[in-house]
Amino acid sequence: MDKERKVVLSLKNLEVKFNVRARILRAIRNVSLDIYEGQSIAIVGESGSGKSVLTKTFTGMLEENGRITNGEIWFEGQDLAKLQTNKEWQSIRGNKIATVFQDPMTSLNPIKTIGSQISEVIMLHQGKSPSEAKEIAINLIKRVGIANAQKRFYDYPFQYSGGMRQRIVIAIALACLPKILVCDEPTTALDVTIQAQIIDLIKDLQKEYGFTTIYITHDLGVVANVADTVAVMYAGQIVEIGTVEEIFYNPKHPYTWALLSSMPQLSERGTELYTIHGTPPSLYNEVKGDAFAPRNPYAMKIDFVEEPPFFKVSETHYAKTWLLDPRAPKVEPPKAIQNLHKKLSSKLGVNDR
Amino acid sequence: MIKKVFMRLIYFVKNDVRYFFKKINSMFRNKIDQYQRAKLQLEDAKIQIDPELERKIDNKELPILSLKNVTITFGSGKKVFKAVDDVSLDIYKGETFSLVGESGSGKTTIGKAIVRINPLTSGEIIYKGRRISGKLSKYEDRFVIRNIQMIFQDPAASLNERATIDYIVSEGIYNFKLYENEKERVRKTEEALISVGLLPEHLTRYPHEFSGGQRQRIGIARSIIMEPQFIVADEPISALDVSIRAQVLNLLKKFQIERGITYLFIAHDLSVVRFISDRIGVIYKGKIVELAESEELFSYPLHPYTISLMSAIPIPDPILEKNKKLIVYDPSIHDYSEEKPRLREIRKGHFILANSKEFIEYQKKLESINTNQA
Repeated sequence: MDKERKVVLSLKNLEVKFNVRARILRAIRNVSLDIYEGQSIAIVGESGSGKSVLTKTFTGMLEENGRITNGEIWFEGQDLAKLQTNKEWQSIRGNKIATVFQDPMTSLNPIKTIGSQISEVIMLHQGKSPSEAKEIAINLIKRVGIANAQKRFYDYPFQYSGGMRQRIVIAIALACLPKILVCDEPTTALDVTIQAQIIDLIKDLQKEYGFTTIYITHDLGVVANVADTVAVMYAGQIVEIGTVEEIFYNPKHPYTWALLSSMPQLSERGTELYTIHGTPPSLYNEVKGDAFAPRNPYAMKIDFVEEPPFFKVSETHYAKTWLLDPRAPKVEPPKAIQNLHKKLSSKLGVNDR
Repeated sequence: MIKKVFMRLIYFVKNDVRYFFKKINSMFRNKIDQYQRAKLQLEDAKIQIDPELERKIDNKELPILSLKNVTITFGSGKKVFKAVDDVSLDIYKGETFSLVGESGSGKTTIGKAIVRINPLTSGEIIYKGRRISGKLSKYEDRFVIRNIQMIFQDPAASLNERATIDYIVSEGIYNFKLYENEKERVRKTEEALISVGLLPEHLTRYPHEFSGGQRQRIGIARSIIMEPQFIVADEPISALDVSIRAQVLNLLKKFQIERGITYLFIAHDLSVVRFISDRIGVIYKGKIVELAESEELFSYPLHPYTISLMSAIPIPDPILEKNKKLIVYDPSIHDYSEEKPRLREIRKGHFILANSKEFIEYQKKLESINTNQA
């Protein structure tokens, strides 16, 4: 990847803790991540791996019992980890970093018209007059692919279908021309056909406006489509990061292997689907060694003792596993995910027609 | 001061009274349960399935469940909306039948009609030779509930936020008294929980303490604890992670092998459906447009809607996915002004919605695919 690219958001040794019933949960454990301008990065991982919490740290939407206990978040020369009040966040959240949520049903206000919800954002963040805001809003509605925008400006959310509502949410997110668009499972609640359309829309808009997108998703199909970089998260840490090709065709971390192997597309009919045994570790307790070790069939002794550092695979590809240590035995990734491309092309060859 | 002492006193008395009633309750609970259990068993004995019929269902000669010309409409007067339009289906014992289509196509409505949540406008649903749609007596209703269970789509909305997992999972067996004593109820509940990969200590918790995948497994636990024969699974995995998805699917498969459960699987994700179903019905705007065995459908998709659905499947491969072409279905290509379409069998077990003119086209297409492959 081009080294000249500007870092737009930089997380440094971030740690997030939650107070849950007098116990402390470490949701994010020392995450460092650089996100470059114009990049689309996908964060994948099981639920509870902290991928949503991670994005909430730089959108100022952490729940009240959660706080950043360590680390820095650099965005436009400002350390977001130091921001406290809602007022301070207002200039960032929605304005420069916008979020598209999973459920378009709950992220819109049901008793306000679509138009007023979009223009509200424009007036609040850009200080435009109501008539100007309306004009911008109508253009946005048109831009996200809704016909008859003039009329639909006055409609209520219930008059829209799920896919159209998600388009509106995207329009609201784009209203302030954000630098970063966080898409938190933007298509999970939608049909496959609509999902494909929404993804295409986000990609088109990204080309047009040039913002950076951060996808949070567990659908590897979506990841393959949208992302140029993939970060795999497990138990509050990034365990592997690389370009989408590197992650899919040359994964190094056993957890990534496991994730890829559990894709239903790779299974044979009538056989069991691959699953990852066990459950993620409880983050209430101190995790010793590699968090994935108890579930890892390739785990070595050291995995239970010491946390692995990041090993460099290529300029863009890093993985946090002792398997990459020169002293570790050579382990091939599971058969199921070798030659992934070939396998899938032959298996899904029908779709090419 | 006096007030304070008084309040203390009331507090103690209240607790005593509460304790007293609890004691009484536990003393009589068993007796009440026994009585109710006997009563229910007596009533349930009224339903008897002909063993000959049972045998035929087991041998897959007869369907375990069939829908006959089912139409379901919502609204009244001028604003009638046909959610399901003249759908007929046969589902055989031990198979997984999937209904796929986009939201609003009526697939969930069909599922809900089977478990008697949505009433039919016309047509009927037959389960083991018995009509289970329309007006039923109380014990027939119980028969349906015991044998047919549903797993709901949204694990967040389908669990009572104010009930413990213990209650949620055992509500069904509470209502039907499917246990001999409290000990057995706890055992059954724990077993159900363990079988879906949760822990017995989760019993005292509330739904909000669980993640989406865990909630969905609670939803599965509460349906399998009833030991049903037929499960309507309404998008049970669409809200779940990849890794958990596989777990839930394996779980469903495990129950199918162990207990011979039949599934009606409702989904929009064709990539998953392909590997778990025996037969697939594609539904569009309340009508089944294509129905075939899973591999047949994927190898020879004929209806343009099926083809467009398949083109939208995300492929977990960066090269393939980035070069994928999306095919959009345009319903106006069908000219049904002269002749109305109906479901026709184009090959054994492969049905397609077409009028006679289209049918010939589809046949030609099927032939050309065949010759291309040969």
